[in-house]
Amino acid sequence: MHTAAGAQARLPIGSDMDLVWVRQHVRQAAAQIGFGLVDQTKLVTAASELARNTLVYGGGGIMEAEPLTEGGVPGLRLTFRDEGPGIADLEQALSDGFTSGGGLGMGLGGARRLVHDFAIESNPGSGTTVRVTSWVGRPPRPREET
Amino acid sequence: MSQAFPGPYGGPVTGHVPVLRLGEVLLVTLQGDLHDSTAQQLQQDLAETISRSGATGVIIDISGVEIVDSFLGRVLAEIAGQTELLAARTVVVGMRPAVAITLVELGLSLPGVHTALSTEVAMELLTQHAPSSRYGGLRQESP
Repeated sequence: MHTAAGAQARLPIGSDMDLVWVRQHVRQAAAQIGFGLVDQTKLVTAASELARNTLVYGGGGIMEAEPLTEGGVPGLRLTFRDEGPGIADLEQALSDGFTSGGGLGMGLGGARRLVHDFAIESNPGSGTTVRVTSWVGRPPRPREET
Repeated sequence: MSQAFPGPYGGPVTGHVPVLRLGEVLLVTLQGDLHDSTAQQLQQDLAETISRSGATGVIIDISGVEIVDSFLGRVLAEIAGQTELLAARTVVVGMRPAVAITLVELGLSLPGVHTALSTEVAMELLTQHAPSSRYGGLRQESP
């Protein structure tokens, strides 16, 4: 599909200027793929949180955007990768209110609530990879007790 | 008191985000995608402008902002907090519905931040408890 092809990208995350590019790319890609305004906003916000984590805690890295189709439903997958110090306690990092830097502690846990699928892989010393995916028209993920 | 502000509406007093003055209220309009550093610069500029001018209210119009993430949310909450310490109040106006929905899901409630749907309503909110500005909410110039 030529409309989704432009959504494919690999962007560096090395400065707060790059956070702006990431947000703009995700906004454009999500609109192109067919996400509604609220879902676009959620996805861009999640991307902003994750890109900032990559920058602040991971010491910079990259974001890859990839359009997908599953059972005829289009989606957008975003992968954030850094080679920073990694996260020792993932459970703690995902809980609300936890922060090791200057945020409000909403970064990871908040981003997870804004997308349909969320996967994180991290090992101390070998960096962190966060992969999120959202699908056009799918209802939001169920509310969880955390 | 108003000498620090050139022109009838104050004119820009910061490098990135202009802070305009309407009587005792400062008006800031955020537009597009803000850099983290621009948001932080605004925070400093507002504190300095309030303390220099004695403004009693700040209106931050975010109708042109497409997303508010936890960083910008924190900056808005901090602006509200520091404004209060400087004896002024902050009202955030014009939040887009999609932004409000996303903020709630993200888990940010912006404690201490007053909100209004429009600049007009915010202006009323800010001037009704400030007797000195009741008769001069919009700055009066002698000809």
